[in-house]
Amino acid sequence: MISLAGRDILHSWGKFVFTGVGLGLLIGVTLSMAGIYRGMVDDAQVMLDNTGADLWVVQQGTQGPYAESSSLYDDLYRSLLNMPEVEYAANITYLIMQVGHGDQDVSAMVVGVTAGKPGTPGQPRYLVAGRHITRSHYEAIADISSGFQLGERIRIRRNFYTVVGLSKRTVSYNGDPMVFIPLKDAQEAQFLKDNDALVQQRRRNAENPDFNRPGIPDLLAVVNASQSTNTYVNAVLVKLKPGTLPEDAAETIRRWTRLQVYTRAQMESILMDKVIDKSARQIALFLVILSIVSAAIVAFIIYTLTLGKIREIAVLKLIGTRNRTIAGMIMQQSLALGTIGFVVGKITATFWVPIFPKYVLLEPLDSVAGFFAVLAICALASLVAIRMALKVDPADAIGG
Amino acid sequence: MSGKGIHIEGLKKRYGEGDTAVHALRGVDMQVAPGEVVGLIGPSGSGKSTLLKCLGAVIDPTAGRMVLGDEVIFDNGWKVRDLRALRRDKIGFVFQAPYLIPFLDVTDNVALLPMLAGIPNSKARAKALELLTALDVQHRARAMPSQLSGGEQQRVAIARGLVNRPPVILADEPTAPLDSERAMAVIRILNDMARQFETAIIVVTHDEKIIPTFKRIYHIRDGVAHEEVGEGRGFE
Repeated sequence: MISLAGRDILHSWGKFVFTGVGLGLLIGVTLSMAGIYRGMVDDAQVMLDNTGADLWVVQQGTQGPYAESSSLYDDLYRSLLNMPEVEYAANITYLIMQVGHGDQDVSAMVVGVTAGKPGTPGQPRYLVAGRHITRSHYEAIADISSGFQLGERIRIRRNFYTVVGLSKRTVSYNGDPMVFIPLKDAQEAQFLKDNDALVQQRRRNAENPDFNRPGIPDLLAVVNASQSTNTYVNAVLVKLKPGTLPEDAAETIRRWTRLQVYTRAQMESILMDKVIDKSARQIALFLVILSIVSAAIVAFIIYTLTLGKIREIAVLKLIGTRNRTIAGMIMQQSLALGTIGFVVGKITATFWVPIFPKYVLLEPLDSVAGFFAVLAICALASLVAIRMALKVDPADAIGG
Repeated sequence: MSGKGIHIEGLKKRYGEGDTAVHALRGVDMQVAPGEVVGLIGPSGSGKSTLLKCLGAVIDPTAGRMVLGDEVIFDNGWKVRDLRALRRDKIGFVFQAPYLIPFLDVTDNVALLPMLAGIPNSKARAKALELLTALDVQHRARAMPSQLSGGEQQRVAIARGLVNRPPVILADEPTAPLDSERAMAVIRILNDMARQFETAIIVVTHDEKIIPTFKRIYHIRDGVAHEEVGEGRGFE
């Protein structure tokens, strides 16, 4: 038996291809939306992977350093280093800000790391160009997606930094490129006051009789100095010795330091469930809406195509064609339309994904699942047309 | 191959019930022998189309008996179970317009019926080509319907009606869209095919030009068929 659907498609291939292209663009958008979601998740996971940490030690009662702000004294890491389970502990600060690049600003996550300690938690793990930070001030390593070049000078607050290294896929959970700078500079950048605020603060201190006692002449200078330095970090990243269970080590640290400690799994859960949850749900809803729109469009197209063949269907039924042959013809056309649409959608999504400003991850398995989803949607969408075709009376082919 | 043509007795068809019931057929008797072409004429609303639909097994009569070839297909409420297969294997249809399937070429339009009956594609196409040759359209075998003239399309439609060698062919105003010359050609072909394949052919028509060509005519008036002797000119 010949394929009626195949013959019809070959006969009016132009109509099918153009309809398929239109549908394909919609499928391309749907695949891209799925890719945007995957990209968000991947950004969050890559951020955690890049730290190389097993544990995140943060301020008690907070879910920092990504979901909430967290402040710890920067000498806390020393006591952590003394614990037998800990191989290495490193201070880190995170600050989302605008980094000056020529006349423009680049939105970035500025990460403060200890200078001269490559390979320790929080440091960029692999560089694609240049070297690690070796000086305590005014050097930076930037992710290549920032657009910064080696040797360029970038501005963070009032200070200029020279880009000495470039890294790749070192991004924040929202896809912004990371810019690594020395810890001291990052601490200063985080709490740096402007000159007017400093003058105001010093005037208030000077007028405060508690800081201006005749018997202690240096007290005011000490207070002023303490208020213009920052000894806080956002978290301490801990690398455990091989064979140590993260949960056990986290429990030990919680008990002895009375700080909040998160394992990698817990931190991933915080990011997924609290930080990117709403964005993910928004995209999921968009995907559902796009799927419904695609189904409605396929249903309308197939219905219209079938409507144009009512007389042929009546003749086919009159001459003895089985209902399942006619239903099969309509469903095969719907599936063919979906297949054309998927191929066009996949190709267009692959081509336009690189121009998206944020990372879009098209997973092969998502494409496979998407293909079957498109087929399922097309099969469902053809039911309306099939119902209409099955209702066609063969007597309609006979005049009168 | 043919059987004993078609034989109907006391065929009735009523639409609706009670006071609003319409008696479209009031006891039609008709017999068409194998190889015979008869005309079925009558004014609009006389019941021609209803009779054609009953004969074509697309609507059920209310009462009466129909025998197609050797097989009783309807007997006072009883009917054969698989009407679809009956239409495919025992009845050929030729319509007012050819109604060829636009996305199949000429050969496959004709071969579709045997294919639907489960005959392998190559054999079905061979049967189709045989008929197309008999109807002198074999040179258009690979053409699409839209590339054929009106007369060629109607000949292909006749080939489709004949391809399963049904005992009866129902032709519903087959010459309506054609000029006199082509209309006569189609009737000539129907007569030739009826003789060649021993098929009973019933031609429903309003066409004054072709009515004199029938030897026998059934004239439907108010749901009753009156048999008349026609002039039977031309195609011996």
